Amino acid sequence: MSGWELFLFSFLNLRVIAEYLPSIAAGFLLTVQLAALIIASGLALGLLLAVLRSLGSLVLSFAIVLFVDLFRAIPPLVLIVLLYFGLPNLGFAPSGFVCTWVVLALVLAAFAEEIVWAGILSVPRGQWEAARSTGLGFFATLRCVVLPQALRLAIAPLTNRTIAITKGTALGSVVAVSEILAQASAGVSFSSNPSPLTLGALAYLVLFAPMVLLARRIERRFAWRR
Amino acid sequence: MLSRPIIEARAIHKSFGPLKVLDGVDLVVAERELVFIIGPSGSGKSTLLRCLNRLEEPTSGHIVVDGIDVLAHRTDINALRRRIGMVFQSFNLYPHMTALGNVALALRRVVGLRRRDAEERARSALARVGLADKADAYPAQLSGGQQQRVAIARAVALEPRVMLFDEPTSALDPELVGSVLRVMRQLREGGMTMVVVSHEMEFARAAADRVLFMDGGRVIEQGPPDCLFGAPKSDRLRAFLRSLERH
Repeated sequence: MSGWELFLFSFLNLRVIAEYLPSIAAGFLLTVQLAALIIASGLALGLLLAVLRSLGSLVLSFAIVLFVDLFRAIPPLVLIVLLYFGLPNLGFAPSGFVCTWVVLALVLAAFAEEIVWAGILSVPRGQWEAARSTGLGFFATLRCVVLPQALRLAIAPLTNRTIAITKGTALGSVVAVSEILAQASAGVSFSSNPSPLTLGALAYLVLFAPMVLLARRIERRFAWRR
Repeated sequence: MLSRPIIEARAIHKSFGPLKVLDGVDLVVAERELVFIIGPSGSGKSTLLRCLNRLEEPTSGHIVVDGIDVLAHRTDINALRRRIGMVFQSFNLYPHMTALGNVALALRRVVGLRRRDAEERARSALARVGLADKADAYPAQLSGGQQQRVAIARAVALEPRVMLFDEPTSALDPELVGSVLRVMRQLREGGMTMVVVSHEMEFARAAADRVLFMDGGRVIEQGPPDCLFGAPKSDRLRAFLRSLERH
């Protein structure tokens, strides 16, 4: 076999690909569910934490900063493994899916909180004062005046972070989550051929390329006329 | 013409840390009165204005606006602020909303009008400041003078009992000042009670009922504009007026 043929046989082996397409498709669907859960809960929690921090309570802000710094500092894989193998000792054994979801959602929340908080801080004080002077309350001001401006600044780093962290679903393969990478690795082991990995890469592309495009659309939508 | 006081601020003190910004200021404003506050920068005039709607919390003192104790804890400050319009030096329009959206926001969220009613009232407020044709423009598409008029419309649309102006023309190019002063004069003629912190002395001369001169956190001198400008009693006011003439 020539080098090219060897490459095709190893990485684009159609027979192997056809054989493992169903299992990787199943892994794809599971990954989509996991990703959707992580994004929805992570962003919602991050936004909530940023709003709570804006209340200006010293105790609350300290707790939030502690959480944020912790979850930004520790590699997610460490947390997933710790949860998955540690919690059963406490008589509570969440599945690998739940562990991966919870950890990645918390990590995303930590980063999202910092990004949104930075956005809130960047809105000039005069915006708060103008809104409050017309009788708007704290939360109405936050919702109608401050957050729209803060999120506009936050949207690009937020989508970047969201995509980066959501790709961490691959870490679930370590704790028996049958997502794309786990299915592909299994395929590689059984067939002694790395083509399932190529298929896995394609599956990730199919999942994340639309997300990148969606992020661009959101960024455009949030840009108001200057 | 002057009737019962609508603003009654007594013995207002305000310190930022060790810095005394207001040192026992009294300010009583009658209904339909236009009071001008002048003074060098750092004299506490803006802080005094911001205490009146509690954007700034006085260290001590009493403030009653339209019969309501501004500083009492049980006072619904948001309901009170609706009756005290405020215009800022830097306009502070919401950049993500059109002129119409800027004016309509509080009408919807504070007054509780439905969108159509709020927008109708917002349009008539914009028309009153001569910007009916700019309803759909974003702040960045407007000149400074137009932005400040939108800000005035935003406050006036709530039909406040008092309007506070914090150096409304200081951030404007000279040729744009006139358009804002015209709108303020209109408000004045409509009987609006106004407290204005500004250096527009000609406007003060022409329109003010009373001028307060502040320095070092105190009211040094006050009276009708003719007396104050024509025959200043204190050295500090004389020095201040001279420093303005030099410009």
